[in-house]
Amino acid sequence: MSEENKTKKLALISSQGTLDWAYPPFILASGAAAMDWEVTIFFTFYGLPLLKKQIEAKVSPLGNPAMPMKMPFGPAGFQGINWPIPNLISSNIPGFESMATGLMKKTFKNKGVASVQELRDMCIDMDVQMIGCQMTMDVFGFKKEEFIEEAEIGGAAMFLEVAAEADVSLFI
Amino acid sequence: MSDQAIAKKLDCKGMCCPLPVVKTKKALKDMEVGEILEMISTDPGSMPDMAAWARQTKHELVEAKDMGNDEFLFLIKKTH
Repeated sequence: MSEENKTKKLALISSQGTLDWAYPPFILASGAAAMDWEVTIFFTFYGLPLLKKQIEAKVSPLGNPAMPMKMPFGPAGFQGINWPIPNLISSNIPGFESMATGLMKKTFKNKGVASVQELRDMCIDMDVQMIGCQMTMDVFGFKKEEFIEEAEIGGAAMFLEVAAEADVSLFI
Repeated sequence: MSDQAIAKKLDCKGMCCPLPVVKTKKALKDMEVGEILEMISTDPGSMPDMAAWARQTKHELVEAKDMGNDEFLFLIKKTH
């Protein structure tokens, strides 16, 4: 096979477990797999729970000043309004994170964005390799049985061996 | 419009990145080499994305057309 026709490889590290940060690795992985690239995602630290059977990622406006707070319902003008929420409020109202998470999920759905779970299913369907970090499992007390059965378990060396052969490597 | 026969149609209207390319890849899977897939999307990003996808996968993008009306039409020939 010539260099030109060689299968390209993408190696991703997913290190963040909030809803907003859960998207980029799965979007890039499914996009690359759709282009016939070989893809590996290494899930470490807060990214590791994205391998759980049920993804429970949430998003918080707290400490996230660039996050637009817009309503996913009502007339277009109303939906366009950005509601700045002071940290004092978002950190003190019980359930605020759940509400923000619900609004983001609703907005994404309205805009035709797949859910994180759906994107992960597509990745699995296209044979994206998913590696869970053993060290993170030990530190945070996760068991392999909690993860989807497609998840492999490994460490830095296992990922680096893959990354050494990759055309594109990204830390997310 | 191409006068080549369309073997399969794929509706990606209302879908965002990366769904049009993922669905296109999936649709091509059970098609024969040489057959044409018609895909329609509403995501403006699918114009540059489908062009890149075709370059990467070496399938032939026979046509990529802004239909106006916020719709984009793609004709893709399965080459391998």
